Amino acid sequence: MSLDQRSVRTTAADSPDTVRPAVEIAALRKSFDKLEVLRGIDLVVAPHEVVCLIGSSGSGKSTLLRCINLIEPIDSGRILIDGVDITAPKVDVNKIRRRIGIVFQAFNLFPHMSVLDNVTLAPRKVLRTPSGRAAEEATELLARFGLEDKRDEFPDRLSGGQQQRVAIVRALAMRPDLMLLDEITSALDPELVAEVLNVVRELAGAGMTMIIATHEMGFARDIADRVGFLDAGRILEQGPPDRIFTEPTEVRTRQFLDRVIAAGRM
Amino acid sequence: MAGAISGGPGDSGLLIGLPGGGGRYGRERGSGALRSTLVAFVSTVVFLGVVALLVVNAPGWPAVQESFLNGRVFADSLPLIVRAFWVNVQLFLVSEVLILGFGLVIAVLRSLPGSVLFPIRLIATVYVDVFRALPGILIIYVLGFGIPGLGVTGVSKFVFAILALTLIYSAYVSEVYRAGINSIHPSQDAAARSLGLSRLQSMRHVVLPQAVRRVIPPLLNDFIGLQKDTVLVSYIGVVEIFRQAQIRQSASFNFTPYIVVALVFLLFTIPLARLTDVLVTRDQRRRATTAR
Repeated sequence: MSLDQRSVRTTAADSPDTVRPAVEIAALRKSFDKLEVLRGIDLVVAPHEVVCLIGSSGSGKSTLLRCINLIEPIDSGRILIDGVDITAPKVDVNKIRRRIGIVFQAFNLFPHMSVLDNVTLAPRKVLRTPSGRAAEEATELLARFGLEDKRDEFPDRLSGGQQQRVAIVRALAMRPDLMLLDEITSALDPELVAEVLNVVRELAGAGMTMIIATHEMGFARDIADRVGFLDAGRILEQGPPDRIFTEPTEVRTRQFLDRVIAAGRM
Repeated sequence: MAGAISGGPGDSGLLIGLPGGGGRYGRERGSGALRSTLVAFVSTVVFLGVVALLVVNAPGWPAVQESFLNGRVFADSLPLIVRAFWVNVQLFLVSEVLILGFGLVIAVLRSLPGSVLFPIRLIATVYVDVFRALPGILIIYVLGFGIPGLGVTGVSKFVFAILALTLIYSAYVSEVYRAGINSIHPSQDAAARSLGLSRLQSMRHVVLPQAVRRVIPPLLNDFIGLQKDTVLVSYIGVVEIFRQAQIRQSASFNFTPYIVVALVFLLFTIPLARLTDVLVTRDQRRRATTAR
């Protein structure tokens, strides 16, 4: 397992070799009918590490994140979270999901609920937090991300950037150990991207373990401890962002980055 | 008979109320709207006048008038028929509550995934198929005469009537609910499940509230049907509005009681139909403003 300097620093108390990985994925395979989307994924993420997954659309980034959260059942392979095999047959899916937050490209806020209810629903119903306390905690979280005045609004009254920040807060309200961000800025107008990315930066600064699928190369380079390039259902290459973005070893990675640069996205 | 009804006094106002609604599409405002309302009004009056004139001058008119629009029979049967309608209202209200509940349960059962629950889904599916396939009157007969035939006693006809109406209409209503459930994008359920909510919690707190809101207009439509179908239970001996009209008809040898029944249903059902329209329009407008 190769950790770059930053994650070694954040886990400085332990030697990196003895730290139990936050996520350990081995030989993960997933098909939709005859289309094999993931063809043997191996990925290890250390606690507090931020891993960015890049690659063209259809390379399997989203599917991989959805598999880690068990939204998609896997065909074969193993996923360990904190050393626990979550793909074992008798595992309680609902318990696992509480500890893994996922944020989607399309926000997926609940349109019939206020921002506050969106955030407190899972704490109230799943963790059985009394609604008074759930509301307090939610208000605190919303304030932390500059959303306190949107508490009682409904999602359709918010901008895309605000909706996506609420979606992040909603996931955080369950106090997850791991956050999965699935192209969370792809559906946003360009001027709204920054406010969402700043939230992610803050989370990274606070030591949240994250796996982020993204098309924002500048952001990935800036925030990631490690970047993985996905191509046709495999992690073709991974390493520190500086190396991946400046001197990738794989031809396919180079081609992908050239296309991104040509499109003016980097 | 239709000619006699539209030629009758009092109900022309109901019909004229419709064309004036042209303005609700928002295209015709101001003087244009007033003018088109006037034109609609005049053309409706002329049309109905011509129809009435034709009917009244038909050779059989005096006989028809005597047997369908007899003022004395009308006055005699009105209180009895209105009182009997109270039975229909009770049938309708009690069944409606049961149907809303039972239909929802069936819809949710059919929407639950997983192979363990296959037998439950199968039973629910067979129920919906069977009860939608059979004519309602058959179910009413089977329940109203069949169950007492088994030796079950002490249960009133009213209970069998409610049971039959509930079974018939829950099958339809469950399909309306199910359409609503299926119309909620799977990403909503995925978002709820990803937060750790169980399948049922996601259904209860995320999917159903949105689904039910969407299907209120078609539900109301089904209840207009239910109101009218309450007369079917007259065949197992419940003395409700239609049965009472039959009794009055055989006592007076005059069909006017049926006209009374028709008027009562018109007065009761048309406002509900208008309410459905209002709700549909409001829903469309809301969707138009929230669409991105």
